[in-house]
Amino acid sequence: MAEEELELFASGHRACAGCGEGTAVRQILKVAGPDTIATICTGCLEVISTGYPETAWEIPIIHAAFENSASVASGVEVALKELGKKEGVNVIAFGGDGGTFDIGFQALSGMLERGHNITYVCLDNEAYMNTGIQRCSSTPYGASTTTSPAGKLSIGEHRPKKPIAAICAAHGIPYTATASISHIPDLKKKVKKAIETDGPAFLHVFSPCPTGWRHGSDDTISIARLAVETGVFVLWEAEDGDICNLNVTVKPKKRKPVEEYLRPQRRFRHLSEEDIEVIQKEVDEKCEKYGF
Amino acid sequence: MTVKITIGAINKKAGSSKEYKTGGWRTMCPKVDLEKCISCYKCYDYCPDGAIKKIEEGIEYDLDYCKGCGICANECPVKAIVMVKEEK
Amino acid sequence: MGEQKSMTIKGNMATAMGAKLCRPNVIPAYPITPSTLFPEKMSEFVADGELDASMINVESEHSAMSACIGAAATGARVCTASASQGVALMHEMLFIASGMRLPMVMAVGNRALSAPINIWCDHQDTVASKDSGWLQFYAENNQEGLDLMINAFRIGEDKRVLLPVMVGIDAFVLTHTIEGVDVPAQEDVDDFLPPYEPPHGKLDPKEPATFGSFGTPEYYQEFKQAQVEAIEGSRDVIDEVFDEYEEKFGREYNKATPYYCDDAEIVLITMGSMTGTAREAVKKLRKEGKKVGLIKLTVFRPFPSPELKEILSGVKGVAVIDRNISPGAYGAMYSDLAAAYTNEKEKPILKNFITGLGGREIFVKNFEEMYEMTKKAVDTGNLGKPVEWINVNEDVLR
Repeated sequence: MAEEELELFASGHRACAGCGEGTAVRQILKVAGPDTIATICTGCLEVISTGYPETAWEIPIIHAAFENSASVASGVEVALKELGKKEGVNVIAFGGDGGTFDIGFQALSGMLERGHNITYVCLDNEAYMNTGIQRCSSTPYGASTTTSPAGKLSIGEHRPKKPIAAICAAHGIPYTATASISHIPDLKKKVKKAIETDGPAFLHVFSPCPTGWRHGSDDTISIARLAVETGVFVLWEAEDGDICNLNVTVKPKKRKPVEEYLRPQRRFRHLSEEDIEVIQKEVDEKCEKYGF
Repeated sequence: MTVKITIGAINKKAGSSKEYKTGGWRTMCPKVDLEKCISCYKCYDYCPDGAIKKIEEGIEYDLDYCKGCGICANECPVKAIVMVKEEK
Repeated sequence: MGEQKSMTIKGNMATAMGAKLCRPNVIPAYPITPSTLFPEKMSEFVADGELDASMINVESEHSAMSACIGAAATGARVCTASASQGVALMHEMLFIASGMRLPMVMAVGNRALSAPINIWCDHQDTVASKDSGWLQFYAENNQEGLDLMINAFRIGEDKRVLLPVMVGIDAFVLTHTIEGVDVPAQEDVDDFLPPYEPPHGKLDPKEPATFGSFGTPEYYQEFKQAQVEAIEGSRDVIDEVFDEYEEKFGREYNKATPYYCDDAEIVLITMGSMTGTAREAVKKLRKEGKKVGLIKLTVFRPFPSPELKEILSGVKGVAVIDRNISPGAYGAMYSDLAAAYTNEKEKPILKNFITGLGGREIFVKNFEEMYEMTKKAVDTGNLGKPVEWINVNEDVLR
């Protein structure tokens, strides 16, 4: 069977129906192939795939704790080199947005700064989903989560999303990219570039969560697509941390209004017309900088 | 199933998740019209559970694992897939 | 058998040399007083080609232990060093390294825990990790620091054990103090310690395995039980390995070593460098005709209850001298020893002494004081306070 047809993230895992991470990991591992060792951190991905004695992983993986996928991967990568076994083996560190933007930020920064030959993939569903939809620094402005709930006195999350990919690029790493599970050829191209990069690479993968974002389980891919088509999530790549000369890989010819992206998700249901205008303005300003 | 523990909980049975048939989660079941199917394999790509297999005529479902999320039906560019109520 | 080289070196250098002789592959480390010289020395050895290994200059101790875990799971021989706040910061990872049954060795420069912040010697840092499932050894002097590092690799990697090991050397008293040390020859250590090949699995695409499974209530307790069986099983392995080490390198190690205990009425128990001073006190008291002995506890985990009870058979009173305290309860050695005796009909009086915290000196006269207090408890049948603080600066206290 061609490597591309191998299912290295096996069926029978316990992700929610319509989970974006399932799609993301399947596709990423199709590109990486069986000569891959992955580290994962505590979160949805770990809990749904490693319940002893079941494991959905057809490649070697290690889960240690929540905040250290990057530092565990650092140990794996250096050990492989020392034992003369690194040749042809990809090391991928997976982290959810919680384990990347917040608690895992230090370990990630250290790994990037030390220049390990590791691809870090952040699967971003914009909150601490596994523990019950609590806010994270990845949670976008206006989203209602269980710790930033919309209410009489609250718009939900009142802080903007942390620009994690730009921060990683600012480390000067050879390859940084954002991708979405709605645009699979683009995602796969970027995964390939990342793993072929000699040195650290960071991939920010937009991965909607029907349970946390409160949309239909069948809508996961279309919501991800709308994020790209409205400019809410921009797909780009940058070499050597040069985000002033980044390459936008998917440019919508005419951006759809953000309302089309926000309305199907109950986490944004509380937003008024004025709130949506604020978000639209912010997206307009951002996309102008990106050149579309 | 209960199995013996291993040293350090190291699990060498790669892919053993397949022993758990998530197909039992379904309330809606996908049905594909192979006449309409254009073998674009978008459904195959998007399926979070790898429950779609490529075949010569198009695709077929591994209903042992399909959770009935409906992404395939939603994404099919030629509407070859519909979700119908699961018959128990 | 090669010649052992006589050197005069600091404790950190001794543990570094011990580690170097064991040919580690990967050394993730973060600097913290008083252990900094360990990663510095290992870095020098690597930079000069004296050691074929890779350092990972991680950005925190938590990442140091995380990287140790990743590297050990990949099949590398791993070591690191830390102390005090660093050991506390990596606390959750210590449990994980042991739970995942990953052999590795950490040299700890035993230092007090904040607050208040203090860089000097006590045993709180490793004692606070006593439940993590690591074996714990404590060195009396720099020679022991070096030797225990070598023994630690061998014991931890034994297929009957497969657990990580901590080796404690006292902050400044040992880490920064120059002592004479005999350093074994590389070829002899190679003979004593074969290359590491994990028998239970490693991260390898040829045999894909999942490390760090999610353990539900159906399985977790049995995993824990198996881990406990391994550390219990290590008791025999420790004896075997210590015996082999003595035969090969000429230095004796025991889980608990008695001095002057044969006809002792009162015995002092110590861990770490204070043992040296305690021994001087015991010699002095013996000259005065007092029937006093000393036990040096080298292995704290697994706690050597059988060995201690055997040595203490017939002893009337025991001064358990802890350089650590669990506020609201007792010192750690005392707690474990008291538990070991609790169901025995015949048992000595145990008195717990807390002293030496945060680098407080423990003088010969303090050990004499502890002896006197224990003797009084035995003679009068009145225990007095079960926990006494020694060498307290009353002027400062109240």
